[in-house]
Amino acid sequence: MAETFTKGMARNIYYGGSMFFVLLLLGLAWHTEKVIPERSNDLQLTESVVRGKLVWEQNNCIGCHTLLGEGAYFAPELGNVFVRRGGEESFKAFFKGWMAAQPLNVPGRRAMPQFNLSETEVDDLAEFLKWTSQINTNDWPPNKEG
Amino acid sequence: MNAHLKYASQSVATPYFVFALILFAGQILFGLIMGLQYVVGDFLFPAIPFNVARMVHTNLLIVWLLFGFMGAAYYLIPEESETELYSPKLAWILFWVFAVAGALTILGYLLVPYAGLAKMTGNDLWPTMGREFLEQPFVTKVGIVVVALGFLFNLGMTVLKGRKTVVNMVMMTGLIGLAVMFLFSFVNPDNLVRDKFWWWWVVHLWVEGVWELIMGAILAFVLIKVTGVDREVIEKWLYVIIAMALITGIIGMGHHYFWIGTPGYWLWLGSVFSALEPLPFFAMVLFAFNMINRRRRQHPNKAAALWAMGTAVMAFLGAGVWGFLHTLAPVNYYTHGTQITAAHGHMAFYGAYAMIVMTIISYAMPRLRGIGEAPSNKSQVLEMWGFWLMTIAMVFITLFLTAAGVLQVWLQRIPEDAQAMSFMATQDQVAIFYWLRLAAGVMFLAGLVVYFVSFAYQRDGAAEALPAGDSANA
Ligand code: HEM
Ligand code: HEM
Ligand SMILES: [Fe+2]
Repeated sequence: MAETFTKGMARNIYYGGSMFFVLLLLGLAWHTEKVIPERSNDLQLTESVVRGKLVWEQNNCIGCHTLLGEGAYFAPELGNVFVRRGGEESFKAFFKGWMAAQPLNVPGRRAMPQFNLSETEVDDLAEFLKWTSQINTNDWPPNKEG
Repeated sequence: MNAHLKYASQSVATPYFVFALILFAGQILFGLIMGLQYVVGDFLFPAIPFNVARMVHTNLLIVWLLFGFMGAAYYLIPEESETELYSPKLAWILFWVFAVAGALTILGYLLVPYAGLAKMTGNDLWPTMGREFLEQPFVTKVGIVVVALGFLFNLGMTVLKGRKTVVNMVMMTGLIGLAVMFLFSFVNPDNLVRDKFWWWWVVHLWVEGVWELIMGAILAFVLIKVTGVDREVIEKWLYVIIAMALITGIIGMGHHYFWIGTPGYWLWLGSVFSALEPLPFFAMVLFAFNMINRRRRQHPNKAAALWAMGTAVMAFLGAGVWGFLHTLAPVNYYTHGTQITAAHGHMAFYGAYAMIVMTIISYAMPRLRGIGEAPSNKSQVLEMWGFWLMTIAMVFITLFLTAAGVLQVWLQRIPEDAQAMSFMATQDQVAIFYWLRLAAGVMFLAGLVVYFVSFAYQRDGAAEALPAGDSANA
């Protein structure tokens, strides 16, 4: 680096630059927090959805699946599973059957554990997945396969 | 007395480094288990389901890197500050607290069903578990905070009573940032979008923020030592690197806010700023090679210099090139959450953080063991074999996962609803690449074994090397 560019100048860019962008981030975070309720249908965030999120977390579903593209890549995306598997008409029936049928015991196939969830827990999970599918995700995923 | 240490208290770094490497071995073992489960789906099922193996793999990774950073700090902060560590005893106590807490948590993952672990540890009261990388029970998270506070107090007191250099101030800033950002792991709103928004304040602001400060400081320290280049020059570089890291990386976090329910302006902000994130990594490459070329002395520890150059190059490839590959919103729309993400995650974590920890270990271990500034020639040859085997294996892992990812995008993401292949069917189509990745994983393990063996030969013949005066001129 040229001698005209001193250590002091580099230090000032570091302090000034990071300070500026920290403040900008805080401002953006504040605004983002404000619009999230609208983009995520916060009004439909029922107690059942909240309980469902806890069931999701306490069984570490994210350890195999992605949810809105984040998580593990071993098993299908579930952010849009509500849409993929029947929507309003038949998702709940599908989902109850699915959870009860695990593990499928197909030799060599990736296996999902049996979590022994109660009926309410399965229903809460379904509500959580339904709510998640209604988030405004800027049109992601590209198609229903997730 | 160890004549090869400037300050006797630096020796507390040893248990941290040793334990880090043990956990590293565990991480790789569980990586291989998962690698096999990817193609033989019911392998070890239901004893170790995939999600459990994954938690163990990623949590061991994070914890061994934390041990490595702590060991690095205990080694370099006293030396930079030109004073003994404030309290070696506290460092030892915290070592055992963290080691035992870490081991218990991993055993909990393996022996208790996760829902049971959540119940046992009162997760209902303040839910924090069950989110990627942050799976630890509440008590473990609190333990991490307590250990971090004690650790920062100990180092802070050391720096306060000693010399303040750019290297130790940047290292401290990085470590404090690490602890502060971890506090966001306690934030888990009911609204999934808000949960995801704050989750990244831990994960992204770690690896593309404060950890880069830690990496930069360690790299600068080792380069000062092995090249003898003037500190002024190195410090200027360090400031440039960390300035670029934070200026691009803070708003660059927007590359995770494309599709999770956050507002549309993040598509622009995230794309533009994160596209610049390769700059600090590129600067690290220039930095390392420039300093080595301008070196004023021929340091006998060739392996340490190799690690220093290697980490800069591999971090640039993994974080810079593979990060850039999928960071623009129109690309990420198709690649988000595919094997391309996994490819990038592997090479970035290995190239930047696993390798920087091995860099400082390579430099410090011969001194910590009282052997000298460099291990025996034979040991260095073995260590360099370990370096190349692991690094080339990681290149292959990345390439195979990228191939799998590109195919996955092609089959599953690009076609319209009616033509798109399902996730599970796509996985079958790309299985050959998972087999190849597994083979590369076995090669990685072989490299790790060779690397471990090199430590057994460090003393070999090097013992005669004169200790007199050596520590003074380093
Ligand atoms: C023998 C070598 C290895 C194998 C076979 C392996 C395998 C795997 C597998 C199968 C996953 C889960 C992917 C998924 O969610 O579907 C994973 C995740 C991960 N591994 Fe490894 N791994 C290995 C070594 C490493 C190393 C050396 C590092 C870093 C130093 C590493 C860092 C990670 C990270 C960061 C993740 C999470 C990735 C993400 O969320 O995108 N792994 N690994
Ligand atoms: C050493 C630094 C870095 C490390 C350790 C790292 C690691 C990771 C990991 C583990 C993930 C997956 C997270 C998850 O599980 O959801 C990820 C995602 C991502 N990283 Fe990095 N990264 C680094 C730097 C970068 C840089 C510099 C860029 C951009 C140039 C970048 C771009 C991305 C993008 C776009 C994603 C999201 C992928 C997706 O949509 O699925 N990363 N990174
Ligand atoms: Fe990121």
